[in-house]
Amino acid sequence: MEKFITFTDTAVPLDTENVDTDQIIPARFLKATDKAGFGENLFRDWRYDKNGDPNSGFVLNQTRFSGSILIAGNNFGCGSSREHAAWAIKAYGFKAVVSSYFADIFKGNALNNGLLPVQVSPDFLHQLFTSVEKDAQEKFSIDLENQFIKIEGTAEKEHFDIDPYKKTCLINGYDDIDFLTSKLEAIKKFEQKRKDKEPVAQETL
Amino acid sequence: MKKTLFDKIWDAHVVESIPDGPDILYIDKHLIHEVTSPQAFNELKERNIPVFRPAQIVATADHNTPTLDQHLPVRDLLSRKQLKELSQNCAENDIALYGLGHPFNGIVHVMAPELGITQPGMTIVCGDSHTSTHGAFGTIAFGIGTSQVTQVFASQCLLVQKPKKLRVNVNGKLKKGVLPKDVILYIISKLGTNSGTGYFCEYAGDVFEEMSMEGRMTVCNMSIEMGARGGLIAPDQTTIDYVEGREFAPKGDEFDKMTTYWKTLKTDAGAEFDQEYSFEAEDIEPMITYGTNPGMGIKLTGSIPVEGNKSDAKALAYMNFSPGERLLEKPINYIFIGSCTNSRIEDFRVAASYIKGKKKADNVNALIVPGSQQVALQIKEEGLDRIFEEAGFTLRQPGCSACLAMNDDKIPEGEYCVSTSNRNFEGRQGPGSRTILASPLTAAATAISGKISDYTLTFN
Ligand code: SF4
Repeated sequence: MEKFITFTDTAVPLDTENVDTDQIIPARFLKATDKAGFGENLFRDWRYDKNGDPNSGFVLNQTRFSGSILIAGNNFGCGSSREHAAWAIKAYGFKAVVSSYFADIFKGNALNNGLLPVQVSPDFLHQLFTSVEKDAQEKFSIDLENQFIKIEGTAEKEHFDIDPYKKTCLINGYDDIDFLTSKLEAIKKFEQKRKDKEPVAQETL
Repeated sequence: MKKTLFDKIWDAHVVESIPDGPDILYIDKHLIHEVTSPQAFNELKERNIPVFRPAQIVATADHNTPTLDQHLPVRDLLSRKQLKELSQNCAENDIALYGLGHPFNGIVHVMAPELGITQPGMTIVCGDSHTSTHGAFGTIAFGIGTSQVTQVFASQCLLVQKPKKLRVNVNGKLKKGVLPKDVILYIISKLGTNSGTGYFCEYAGDVFEEMSMEGRMTVCNMSIEMGARGGLIAPDQTTIDYVEGREFAPKGDEFDKMTTYWKTLKTDAGAEFDQEYSFEAEDIEPMITYGTNPGMGIKLTGSIPVEGNKSDAKALAYMNFSPGERLLEKPINYIFIGSCTNSRIEDFRVAASYIKGKKKADNVNALIVPGSQQVALQIKEEGLDRIFEEAGFTLRQPGCSACLAMNDDKIPEGEYCVSTSNRNFEGRQGPGSRTILASPLTAAATAISGKISDYTLTFN
């Protein structure tokens, strides 16, 4: 996984609550067997009309907005466990999603793919929306090391929480698979210990 | 220390706790399907990592499969490729696959319980958010993303933060005609779609104790729709009776040993929950949804709330409903009885008992999709297929079907579908489709009258 570094960029505001993973990437695009290409279909049914023409009202089609930060309404990423949602957002070019609430599975999926979910207070989220609506060129800094997000124009900032283990993973660019495969001996011991202690359902199916 | 059911199962599976970090949680059963596994197998190959415990993995094909002519090669090229990769990956890694046409094939959350793969006290994961279904057996079961599928392949473990604990109690007696689906739609309508975020939910009280295993599965299935990672119900005699004798259930002495252990799996009196809610069974009525998330539910006979926020307005615009409007008497052209929420034999029995001797309305397309080959067989054995056919319903072969519309089973743009599935998101059943979630009884009654109607009136 590539290392996550602190960055400053403009943002795209998606002021909608409860954005579910079916909106992020509709199920009919989940037929791929690799991770490439999902960015093209990010928010497909909001982005394009039924003839496949860009829907000019949708924020990703408004040229005044750009940048690698997606600011989204409360409860972002609810719905299915499809990791394709995180892949699509990442592939489109976003590095971080800011919201006042993230659904559990989405949050985990994002972190596993080096996409940073930044959870802020509802008030600060409102400020973020206001500042980007007022000036689409407004820049925001996301500092993972020190765990804050800042509105460059006004220097207002807010702290965000992140699991310390996940933070280390992101900063160093390593992931859970590296960690778990380093633990196989302990896992085997656990299996044995558990078998000795309590009835464990038969293993073979 | 007094422990909850959840604590007991979780603690028994912790390999190690990382200071200030997550636990390494051991996974007993890993269920996989064609849509969320290919990238995980690829990742393993790229990193040259073998599958650690192939005997603890079970595969099925369900999400992307046709519900017609399953004996023929799958027409959609991408779907066919996905299924082919699943077969190859399972063969290369010694993983049991119950693919299309196999007598054990079915929706992953229907086939695993009915085969006895799901057993109390287990940890179960699958790359599908409705893995929470298996919690009905008193298991810790939850959906995972593809990166986590890779992790479980590589180590039979996951790195996870222990969730907080929530308990939902429903006591009393349910009114006639109120089904498990109504109970969970009611709970979600009261608590909202993110009240459960960060929690695992235990369902307790008379209503769940008296519920069948299939009903419990319907309830636990939708835990994720209130944001909870999973839901679970303590195993009891109903659970034990259900598991006994199933294909992969423990047998003989082994079964007795296991049941003794399963009986210890309940929340100790006085154990603490981080959050607790209680409801009265008498307050619950048949439910339907009017919006674009499962929390937007009302009584079948109720009206759409007038007070709403911005997202409500957006949802109502999408559904073409207005605040204050009632849904009763709305003409409906599509109904779908299926999905891992409501595609087990009891669901079809209850639908058939209503439909028997009646005919569907001419305007309605009524689609019935069993959850598995075994359910399809039961439908035949019990003669329900004839009831459905005579009433003009279309009975298909098993799969996820119109629940997520990855295959050809789609609801056309702008059309309403009264559906027994679990998600009414925009476009979930096909671009522009409008989903109204309800129980199999409500769906059946809608098909017969061609509009949303109050079937409880026919009870007297
Ligand atoms: S039936 Fe629907 S919810 Fe259930 S596993 Fe299939 S797609 Fe998911």
